[in-house]
Amino acid sequence: MVHSLTDVVHKPPGPAVLERVSKHYGSVKALEDVSLEVRAGEVLALLGPNGAGKTTAVSLMLGLMRPGSGRVTLFGQDPGSPRARQRAGAMLQLSGVPQTLRVRELIDLFRSYYPAPLPLERVVEAAQLEGILHRLYGQLSGGQKQRVHFALAVCGDPDVLFLDEPTVGMDVESRRSFWSQVRSLARAGKTVLLTTHYLEEADALADRVVVLNQGRVTAEGTPAEIKARTAGRQIRAVTRLSPDLVRRLPGVTSVQAKGTALQVLAVRAEPVVAELLRLDPGLSDLEVTGAGLEEAFLALTTPAEKEAVR
Amino acid sequence: MNTLRIFALEAKYEFLKSWRLPIYSLSTLAFPLMFYAIFGLSFGNQNAGPVNTATYMLATYGAFGTIGAALFGFGVGVAVERGQGWMRLKRASPMPPLAYFFAKIALALLFGALIVLGMTLLGTLAGKVSLEPLTWLRLFGVLLLGVFPFCALGLFFGYVLGPNSAPGVLNLVYLPMAFASGLWVPLEALPKALQSVAPFLPPYHYAQLALRTLGAGRGENPWLHALALVGFTLAFLALALWAYRRDEGKTYG
Ligand SMILES: Nc1ncnc2c1ncn2[C@@H]1O[C@H](COP(=O)(O)OP(=O)(O)OP(=O)(O)O)[C@@H](O)[C@H]1O
Ligand SMILES: [Mg+2]
Repeated sequence: MVHSLTDVVHKPPGPAVLERVSKHYGSVKALEDVSLEVRAGEVLALLGPNGAGKTTAVSLMLGLMRPGSGRVTLFGQDPGSPRARQRAGAMLQLSGVPQTLRVRELIDLFRSYYPAPLPLERVVEAAQLEGILHRLYGQLSGGQKQRVHFALAVCGDPDVLFLDEPTVGMDVESRRSFWSQVRSLARAGKTVLLTTHYLEEADALADRVVVLNQGRVTAEGTPAEIKARTAGRQIRAVTRLSPDLVRRLPGVTSVQAKGTALQVLAVRAEPVVAELLRLDPGLSDLEVTGAGLEEAFLALTTPAEKEAVR
Repeated sequence: MNTLRIFALEAKYEFLKSWRLPIYSLSTLAFPLMFYAIFGLSFGNQNAGPVNTATYMLATYGAFGTIGAALFGFGVGVAVERGQGWMRLKRASPMPPLAYFFAKIALALLFGALIVLGMTLLGTLAGKVSLEPLTWLRLFGVLLLGVFPFCALGLFFGYVLGPNSAPGVLNLVYLPMAFASGLWVPLEALPKALQSVAPFLPPYHYAQLALRTLGAGRGENPWLHALALVGFTLAFLALALWAYRRDEGKTYG
């Protein structure tokens, strides 16, 4: 569908925008020509393996550093501007909090930074801090600390939330209840950007998923679309065929050498298996399984050059 | 949101945060007091120029204590908060950056005031200190006003040092600098070579200004000392700015 010119001109930019942004740390290209818009009211998951550039993207949007090239805006302004920041809350991957302050005090302090913060009871409810308000931060368990970080992100009632790997270190139950908190924020009209390693988490929460790998956007779509791209079968067999050859077969999405065996992901198993047997009648130890979400996701994000290395 | 309230809360929690770390509050407060009790009071009957030693050392050990509070409050504080990521979270928040520094200055002043008050009490009750209230107030005022160069120096070290190395390295700077500036034993008792180094060290000028309120010290032009302290403050701030940029580049690209 073609948008009319007025549509394009008058559509306001999303709360946080990266435009053709590159960011290098010395020789490491953390982000390479990335354009990314967080749209108002959506939950956007930034999905990618370790070192993909997720934290770098979040740091840029929060004005913690400047891009090497390209443009970053937060509510249409420089991300460092106080006005823009008063509308944002963040849970950072590498943040710690002074050990000797109490949970209540930390929230009191962060609430004071915002023009219209949430009442304390609402923060306690949202971050599930019942019973630990009076505790010193240093005496909390890892999961409780995570909840305090979440409380500091939401206590100012910001319009946009940046959550960098928010569920790391949470048990299954805490993770589920954290997800329901994020969903209720979304229902209340908040914009959320969250980063994660797990397609499952993106699927559970996000309206839209952007897959980042080695500093580049490699896929984008609804969770259903991303899953469709990654759904398939996993074929394992010991064969003399080279990974490169197998990779060129129709329907194959990725190939990895695992010892003497090849691990092949394919949209459908049957035609690929037939072709493999035709090319290598001596093929042995054949195994076909449903590809787990995680394998499929890795197939989507593992760069081709890496697979070729034996 | 109210900017004054942010500043006040920031200072309040800066205090609580440090107060609850006994290691920190004890070493900042207790060491200078202990040194004063040992060195200042045991030689209390001798004269050091126009005043007795206990009074003379109220100025120099007072300076020693307030310098420590400023240097460690900023140096260790900033290094630790950088290390733990608290600084990062605050930088991402809408907190006005000045509030952060204000809180650290307020804490340095409060600890400095407690140190000077404690020493005065010690010196008056256990030693031969007896100062006119007005004289004492002038000493107190100079000691508090003069901590800014050391806040700035601490800030610089806070950005270059890691959380674990900060206390050790700061002591390596703090103790020799204090000694060579005549804060422990009067300058006149130091070797000649050291005496000539003193004017290049900020604590020397600070202590001379403090001594002057008692009518002691070397009697040099006070404006020169004040000018030197302003110069050191600006130089340290420039260094701190450089270190901040460098650290930002390292940690955040
Ligand atoms: N301060 C830094 N100095 C040098 N290199 C860095 C720095 N920070 C990140 N990098 C590199 O930049 C790349 C992207 O890092 P980033 O932290 O953005 O990844 P990420 O997607 O958040 O990874 P993770 O899932 O492990 O948190 C990585 O290769 C990382 O090693
Ligand atoms: Mg990260």
